[in-house]
Amino acid sequence: METQIFGHFIEDLSENMEYLKIGMLPNCLSVKQSWRANGLSAEFIANYVQTFFVGQPKNTNAPIPIQSKQAVKYIANELLENAMKFNDGTSQRFIEISFKLYNDKLIFHVTHDINPKNVEKLKFFLHQIINEDPHDLYFNRMEENATSDDKGSGLGILSMVCDYSAKIGWKFQIPKHAAPVTLTTMVCLNI
Amino acid sequence: MEIKTEDYSVVYDNNSDMIVCEGSLLLNSSAEYAPILDLFNTAADKQAKLLTLDVRKLEFLNSSGINTFTKFVVNVRKKQVLQLTAIGYGEIPWQVRFLKNLQRLMPALVLKLE
Repeated sequence: METQIFGHFIEDLSENMEYLKIGMLPNCLSVKQSWRANGLSAEFIANYVQTFFVGQPKNTNAPIPIQSKQAVKYIANELLENAMKFNDGTSQRFIEISFKLYNDKLIFHVTHDINPKNVEKLKFFLHQIINEDPHDLYFNRMEENATSDDKGSGLGILSMVCDYSAKIGWKFQIPKHAAPVTLTTMVCLNI
Repeated sequence: MEIKTEDYSVVYDNNSDMIVCEGSLLLNSSAEYAPILDLFNTAADKQAKLLTLDVRKLEFLNSSGINTFTKFVVNVRKKQVLQLTAIGYGEIPWQVRFLKNLQRLMPALVLKLE
C-alpha cells in the first residue's frame, strides 16, 4: 500500500475531543435518496456540533465563522456531496464522515473509494489549489463556470478555503494490486 | 413565475420587480438547478431597468446553488442596462459573504444588508 499526502493533512491528534462517525453504503439508495441523505446527515452533524458551541467565544477571523449551524452543515454537506460524486461505484466500502471537536478546532475526515478515472483530475486540481492563490482560483472558476458546466469544478472546496478559512488535506491510499484507491479528505476549521 | 417545493421556493413577481428565494437549496448539480436558473434569466429578460434578488429567507445554499446564482449574475452583468439589487441579512455571515462574492463578480450589484 502506497500513501500519498497533499495539502494540510492531520491524522492523529491529541485526545480531549468530541467524536462522531457516520457511515453510508452508497449503493443501497437511489441517487436522489443518497443526495437527500447527505443533507440530512449534514443537518444532524450541524445540530450535534451546535450543542458544544453554545456560550463559547469565537476565536477566528474567518469570513464565515464555523460556530453557526449553517456553516457546519455547509462543510459536512459539501464533503458528502463530493464523496458521492467521486465515489467508485463498484466499491462496497462505506462512505464515512467523522468529526473531531477540540478546544480550538473542528476537524472533519471523509473517506471513500475513488473512481480511478477521477484520481489524476483530482490530483491536478490539488496541485492548483496548493500552488496558486485560492481566492484568484475561486473567482476564476466562478467566471469559467458561468459559461460552461463542469462536474467537479472544485467550487465547494474553494469556498471552504476562501469563505470559511478551512485548511484542507488529502490522503490517497493506493494498493499494490488492482484494487480501488481510497481517498480521505480532511478539513480543519479554527473555532 | 414560481417554483415551490416542500424544501424551497423561488418566486418572481414582475409587479414588485423582485425574485424572492426561501428555504434550503440542496439540489444535485446544474441539471437540477436549471429550472431555477431559467426563472432567474427570464426575470432578467422581462425587467427593463430594475430587478431585486431577495435571499433573506434563504436558509441554506450548496456550492451548486452558489454556482447557479453566479451564472445569473454574470448573465445580468453582460446586459449592462439592468440594475440588480440583492437583499440579505447583515447578521447572517454566510448571506453577507455570498452576496459580497456576487458583488465582486459584478461590481455594479447593489447590496442591501439589513
